[in-house]
Amino acid sequence: MVSVLIKIFGTENIEMAEDVVQDALVKALETWKYRGMPDNPRAWLYRTAKNKAIDIIRRNKHSSVIDFSDPQKQLLTSGYTLTTTMNNYWQEEQIKDDFLGMMYACCHPDISQENQITFILKILCGFSTKEVAKSFLTSEDTISKRLYRTKEYFRKHKIKPRIPASEQISLRTHTVLSAIYLMFNEGYNSTHNDQLIRKDLISQAMSLCKSLLSVKRTQLPEVYALMALMCFHTARINSRLTEKGELILITKQDRSKWDKEFISSGQKYLNKAAFGKGLTTYHLEAAIAYEHCNAKEYKDTDWSKILKYYKLLLKIGNDPIVFLNQCLVILELKGPKEALIALKNVENNALLKKYYVYHATLGEIQERLGHNTKAVKHYQKAIELTQSKQEKQFLKDKIAHILN
Amino acid sequence: MKEFMFLFRGGDEVWNTKSPEEQQEHMQHWQQWIEGIAQQDKFISGERLHYYGNTVMNDGKVIDRPLTEGKELVGGYLRIKADSLNEATEIAKGCPGFEWDSKAVEVREIWPEK
Repeated sequence: MVSVLIKIFGTENIEMAEDVVQDALVKALETWKYRGMPDNPRAWLYRTAKNKAIDIIRRNKHSSVIDFSDPQKQLLTSGYTLTTTMNNYWQEEQIKDDFLGMMYACCHPDISQENQITFILKILCGFSTKEVAKSFLTSEDTISKRLYRTKEYFRKHKIKPRIPASEQISLRTHTVLSAIYLMFNEGYNSTHNDQLIRKDLISQAMSLCKSLLSVKRTQLPEVYALMALMCFHTARINSRLTEKGELILITKQDRSKWDKEFISSGQKYLNKAAFGKGLTTYHLEAAIAYEHCNAKEYKDTDWSKILKYYKLLLKIGNDPIVFLNQCLVILELKGPKEALIALKNVENNALLKKYYVYHATLGEIQERLGHNTKAVKHYQKAIELTQSKQEKQFLKDKIAHILN
Repeated sequence: MKEFMFLFRGGDEVWNTKSPEEQQEHMQHWQQWIEGIAQQDKFISGERLHYYGNTVMNDGKVIDRPLTEGKELVGGYLRIKADSLNEATEIAKGCPGFEWDSKAVEVREIWPEK
């Protein structure tokens, strides 16, 4: 609803759009309290918002608050065409397009990824400022500032919420997908929160991706691939934590708890991702996740296939974290000695040195080599570097295990 | 480019006899017509006029209705841009009001201020 209204009023008037929605909701609460909920609450809300929007347009017809220079919007200034034009904005198909258009606007490459996600959560997912602040473990003030900055950017550059033209769509979708993926990761492995898994973020990320798949123009292979990837990860959610909220590694996860429905829809998405020429990181990551889901037991995992995918991934981009993960595969496939040799290649990487998984991996390798003192030292370093309570506990348990 | 005004005459008698759906559909046609003009960047403004009103005569008398009634009544206006009277006239021929009971569209150039 906000997206449609932003399209009508322009991105420079986002508050106006939010106010209309707010008003419509308040009016709904007041009216429904006495008369009961209407048969089609959605249509009722749309109609109310639409009428409020018409009022605002009439009031601002001769002011410069709303920019009517677009031919489509010019029609809002005439009594002959106002109502019909307004109605056309609220067609089901149009609403879907506007939602996506707003998503692309939020993910404008000039806006920092942090701000992109903040804005998406606020404007498209309906999170309150408080909820967004909670998601990022930061103050409402910080979030308000981020929102303000993005709004200012929209105002200054008069960004139009729309799905990009076909020659740009792949590039622009790339930014949208990384925002969605980041949001999903934050939900899957929360770095900012006491809860390790945040299902609200996961389901929001998935529904954003699904909405991209609901419109033909944005049904790109990489979108399907990301959807598949998220399905495979989500399938394992319920086996990742104990009842007390402690982390369980994939080696010890109860595979019967894995959600078969998610796995099979992941497969469907992955099949659909297999057209076009591009092999993206999402394709490969989804393929790896699928291999894990496909193994009946941990020991059945097809590590050589997984290693092949990692090699392809590293060909696309030399990401140190991907390299680190590849070392874990080597550890499984060829043993700790080989893994240690491989890890030597990145021992001077500044990013990895600050990444707790790097130290945890070194700890694991040393432990398997029987170098207990070294292993404990690495685990301790990893504990220092992670903020997550569950991860810390998990690593402490490992140390305790060695020392006993 | 010159500016013109279309004065739509007639067309309000049938309006009230139509169902809301028919009215809505008819307004879609107006929307499409005007949208076509807007897309050529030739639309300026336009409004529908209500069918009641007063008329002040030169002797100070006030009549409680528009000067002309029924079929001749000005029901609305549209301001557009066009290169010539001919072009404006061609545009006016597409007026959806003719689908119902519009009597005429008067095409008049707006007095050019030098």
